[in-house]
Amino acid sequence: MTDRAAGSVRNIAWASYLRSYGLWVLAAVAIFALPHVFDSRANQSMFGQMGIFVVFALSYNMLLGQSGMLSFGHAVYFGFAGFISVHVMRIIESGFAFPVVLLPLFGAAAGLALGIIFGSFSTRRAGTVFAMISLGIAELVGALAFFIGFFGGEEGISGDRMSGPSLPGLSLGPQIQVYYVIAAWTLVAALLMYAITRTPLGRMANAVRDNPERAEFIGYNTQRVRFRMFALSGMFAGVAGALFAIQFEFLQFNNIGVAASGSVLLMTFIGGVGFFMGPILGAILVTFLELELVNVTQAWLLYFGLFFVLMVMFVPAGLAGLIMRHQPIWRAGILHKLAPAYGLALVPSLIFAVGAIGLIEIIYFTSTRAGLNTVMSVYTITFDAVKPLPWIIAGVVAAGGFVLCRLTFPTVRKVWDEVFLEAMAKLNR
Amino acid sequence: MELVVFSLLNGIVFGLLLFMMSAGLTLIFSMMGVLNFAHASFYMLGAYFAFQISQAVGFWPALVLAPLVVGVAGGLVERYGLRRVHKHGHVPELLFTFGLAFLIQEFVVLGWGRVGVPYRVPEILNFPLFTLFGTNFPAYRAFMVLISIGMFVALFAILTRTRVGLIVQASLTHPHIAATLGHNVPRVFMYVFAGGTALAGLAGVIGGNAFVTNPSMAALLGTIVFVVVIVGGLGSLTGAFIAAMVIGIVQTFSVALDVSVGSFFGLLGLDLSSNSIFYEYWTLTLTDIAPVTPYLLLVLILIFRPMGLMGKRET
Repeated sequence: MTDRAAGSVRNIAWASYLRSYGLWVLAAVAIFALPHVFDSRANQSMFGQMGIFVVFALSYNMLLGQSGMLSFGHAVYFGFAGFISVHVMRIIESGFAFPVVLLPLFGAAAGLALGIIFGSFSTRRAGTVFAMISLGIAELVGALAFFIGFFGGEEGISGDRMSGPSLPGLSLGPQIQVYYVIAAWTLVAALLMYAITRTPLGRMANAVRDNPERAEFIGYNTQRVRFRMFALSGMFAGVAGALFAIQFEFLQFNNIGVAASGSVLLMTFIGGVGFFMGPILGAILVTFLELELVNVTQAWLLYFGLFFVLMVMFVPAGLAGLIMRHQPIWRAGILHKLAPAYGLALVPSLIFAVGAIGLIEIIYFTSTRAGLNTVMSVYTITFDAVKPLPWIIAGVVAAGGFVLCRLTFPTVRKVWDEVFLEAMAKLNR
Repeated sequence: MELVVFSLLNGIVFGLLLFMMSAGLTLIFSMMGVLNFAHASFYMLGAYFAFQISQAVGFWPALVLAPLVVGVAGGLVERYGLRRVHKHGHVPELLFTFGLAFLIQEFVVLGWGRVGVPYRVPEILNFPLFTLFGTNFPAYRAFMVLISIGMFVALFAILTRTRVGLIVQASLTHPHIAATLGHNVPRVFMYVFAGGTALAGLAGVIGGNAFVTNPSMAALLGTIVFVVVIVGGLGSLTGAFIAAMVIGIVQTFSVALDVSVGSFFGLLGLDLSSNSIFYEYWTLTLTDIAPVTPYLLLVLILIFRPMGLMGKRET
């Protein structure tokens, strides 16, 4: 009897263990299998890049999501560690016996050191002061990187990852080996960062974010909490920077400035700052878009900006927030009731998107075209871009889609609210 | 001597242009508590609209029309963008303007292409006003000074001498009480936002043809305007004015002077030959360091005096 009880307790423990760590196991399997499923060199390079930016975005979310510090200069730590790593790589080339695989240790040390230096004065205040100091530092470092020898000026600096002692079977020559090194570091770094959210420091960071006055009343030094999170975040950004150096063997002034900092901010926010998995989703999606959209359209920066602004306006909780809002409905087992409403929303949205994208492509073509060529093709339809007909068709489709959206969205919203209430009622019963 | 006089004059012109942009930004900032990343983008829109309008009907109508169009665009952005994001809190608001800056730049590329447009100074003002030490001072620069000062006087008069100005000031400092007294504070916000962006647009109209009109003009000035607002102090027009002049003059001077850091030491009798340590740092010229100085100033001010030069509240 007692044995059986103990057994079932053990089963429940296993089940809950699987529930909370099953995602990690699944992720590990996916990480291992992906480069074999999509096994072109470009894809493997892209997966490596995703890993790098997952670490970078997660480290950024230690500031924005967990401690409520909006930084416009996180690439400073990423970039600095990257430059240090390339320099170490060059020292390795000239005889220093150190495996390149362990370079992220140097990166972490560099990021941590710089985080301690800059964090010591910039974390004294939160809010706009912190944001502006980080912006100032980013502009400062970005401008300095342009003409200081350490950063290689306009040409940047490069190294060779294949130099120095290598572990058996790990020459770092083939892209797949680089990928697995990055993946291993990404897993370690992500696990560590997840662990930090569970420590007293991680919890206090949330308290300091939500109610600094109260945290101070209980007896915590809010500046110290912010400072520690900041330094740690710099450290993990440093790991990402070193991984970047290993993958590309090259860094340039634009890896360290405001633009690079803005890019990690975009990723993290699009993914969702409120959940641990948010930045992971964001980094993967944004890296994918950045690498793939370029091949599809010239106006990709515009689409990217539109996507970001729409996310800020309508989905401020990010992708992760959007997914997690469905969690109660999923647990109540009535997710399928949303399908017709989503189908209803999808059709006019698609019509609008098709029209708007067509219009943007035509305008973009006519304003940036070189020479006298006026023939272009959108959606594999080839036409003359200076004739009015394509403009009219695209405009009408876009306008029609917009009107349909306005007509159907209230219904969708109503269905959503009803299903959500039903789910809540079911769960509370 | 020639260098000093002309650097000073050009510095004042640049400083006034900076002030024209930061005046609107500082009002918006102190009112909504959000730094508008896209403010310099409205400066850029001003220049492009002026270019387009002046192609059709000439420069003088553009001088009036372009800022108005920019102001309307700003008002729409506030009404349908910022106000919607406002309820989510400060960070999304800031990020909205951040994304907007990006988007406006891409829209400008979409509309006018990646390279700049030939937006030129009007013929009637395209003559040297006076010649000093053999160098001409263009009349258009004097015209810019006139416009800027006129704008400053008008803004100051509206804010301190009219009923509208009183309501704006009340909404700045005590939004809840102003709302309780029956003023539509969100609408006041919208008008201030529209007004501020119109001022930035005006700066674009007169600055775009004096300097350059291309898609990167906003990014070049964007952060400098931030620096002006923060160094000057939140919501303080006087502070913004002083900071704009200081930064404008310092920037112009350091670009014009060709001295290296090491030459100061040379004056002290120290010899820094090429094998001394940190040699590359001694050979940095002031021109190299010039773009860095505003940001250094920004960081130092925020550390040691977060309320800025003339501000009463912390940033």
